[in-house]
Amino acid sequence: MARWTARRAKRVGTKAGFSVYYMLFIVFIYGPMIAMFILSFQGRRGGTSFPLRGFSLYWWNRLLEPSTVGDLQGALGRSLILALVVMVITAIFATMLAMAFRKRFIGSGVLFYTVMAGLMVPGVLLSLGLATLLRQIGLPPAWWHSGLGVHVVWTLPFGFLVMMAVFNRFDESLEEAARDMGASEWTVFKEVTLPLILPGIVAAGLFGFTLSYDEFARTTLLAGELNTLPLDINAQMTQRIRPTLFALGTASTILSLMMIGLFLVIYTALYRRSH
Amino acid sequence: MNELPQAAPRHHRGLIGDQPPPPDVAAVARKIRRETGFPVGWLIAPAALWLLLFLVLPLIGIVIFSFWDASAKGMTPDFTFKHYGAFFVVEGFFDPESRDFLTPGVFARTLWSTFRFTFIVMFFCLIIGYPVAYFLAMQVNSFKFQLALFLLAMVPFWTSYLIRAVAWLPMLGRRGLLNKALVSLGILDKPTSFLLYSEFGYTMALVQLYVVLCVGPIFFSLAKIDRAILEAARDMGANSFQVFREIIGPLSLPGVAIGMIFIFVMIMGEFATAVVVYGGKTSTTGTVILNYYAIANYPFAAVNAIMLMVAMMIGVVIILRVVNIRKEL
Repeated sequence: MARWTARRAKRVGTKAGFSVYYMLFIVFIYGPMIAMFILSFQGRRGGTSFPLRGFSLYWWNRLLEPSTVGDLQGALGRSLILALVVMVITAIFATMLAMAFRKRFIGSGVLFYTVMAGLMVPGVLLSLGLATLLRQIGLPPAWWHSGLGVHVVWTLPFGFLVMMAVFNRFDESLEEAARDMGASEWTVFKEVTLPLILPGIVAAGLFGFTLSYDEFARTTLLAGELNTLPLDINAQMTQRIRPTLFALGTASTILSLMMIGLFLVIYTALYRRSH
Repeated sequence: MNELPQAAPRHHRGLIGDQPPPPDVAAVARKIRRETGFPVGWLIAPAALWLLLFLVLPLIGIVIFSFWDASAKGMTPDFTFKHYGAFFVVEGFFDPESRDFLTPGVFARTLWSTFRFTFIVMFFCLIIGYPVAYFLAMQVNSFKFQLALFLLAMVPFWTSYLIRAVAWLPMLGRRGLLNKALVSLGILDKPTSFLLYSEFGYTMALVQLYVVLCVGPIFFSLAKIDRAILEAARDMGANSFQVFREIIGPLSLPGVAIGMIFIFVMIMGEFATAVVVYGGKTSTTGTVILNYYAIANYPFAAVNAIMLMVAMMIGVVIILRVVNIRKEL
């Protein structure tokens, strides 16, 4: 009995130790962001570090004045449109690719590694390659073609891996049954396959949206004349840093978190329905 | 069905009279079983075309342009190795009288320091991230709780790393939070400036930005481990350290390798954090590439990009040598 309690006490001790470590880790990851969040409410005379000199919405209000921060609203709009388009393309491409990979086909190995290369090739390299290529052709880069192109290259592997995992656990006999009852391929896809894989498609879309919305390295040389939001934030850092930047960072992070929350809600709802 | 003899006898003698020849089962089955699913070609064509246009062609472009010559207009087609030479060698490299005798070029040294620095950050990410993944996979029993804690640890991955880098500024500065904390704890008697714009601050920021990337893969490989094996080992008298060394450690290696490769490729190409947190005082190969693009020396930027790619391949091969993912999976 004594030995049992000693062992159990040790286990509880280990668990408590790890829990404390986990909490420290969370503080480490979120600490700076929370500090930034608090500092965005810095008083009018305050600077970019603690202590807070009063509490105000001054720096948040300055976000809304177009003159102080360049074309912020425009950049935000472009980033959102780009993220939505990337999300849709990622979800569609990832689903199509994963469906193709359910069968063996010639060149599947090459295609697999090419998709994965999008994950491995550094953003600055793709930026450079495409920018110089466009320069030689004489086509100026723009966020909606060259920017969109490399964003999808970056998000596709994530969506693809998600969809591969979905099809790994997929019960093919359901499709077989529908086929045996005379359903056409389209009907099988629409009525059987799609409802089952829809949560996965939403998850693939989440990667597409968030990774594109935050992407900076790949857009650096490819956005052309008009900035996306991360480029705008970067441009502001080359000037004198003010709490406005913290307000902008906080606003953008809140938007990201809301999108993640929204995706999670949709995912859970669809997952419940399909199971 | 497949074991059906190839040359089936035309007729065979049954118990009651002659039997008709058996149908060629395989052929009939082939006829019945039509090709299912959409045609593969149509499924892969759009994505393959997209990747060709925005991934393969740019990479081929970089290789070709690295041999071109820089000119006032940008680039002229050529086949020269002079930019490669400029990458590796400084002036006076071959001259025994020179001060720079056999000193490799500044760009090769930049690449080497990027490489070395990346490994330092990876090391810290591993020792900080592994216990988190271990805690989530092994110590948390309720699935819902596990999922929630895992998501909490992973959420920063879906937010902007640029903004998270900016968030380090109020922490690291001379009047930053870390200095305040260190002074009030009595570790320092006055605030130091070694935190911001220093290698220390830069390392810490990079570890914080990228550590979540290895928590995920390690968590998944730990979660796959069959608990019965651990129970068995404990019943046979293994202590916690032995269980870890003999079972948990080796079985989690694929996750470690994937996480490390992930962090490695991200930090090798890193340039934004260097500018934000290090104030552009250091150069990584990423910043060199962008600087030479900015002054329109495209071939030299391309040479740096290719060398970065080569260094990354070497790094990935090293990681895969240490851990044979294919064998482990």
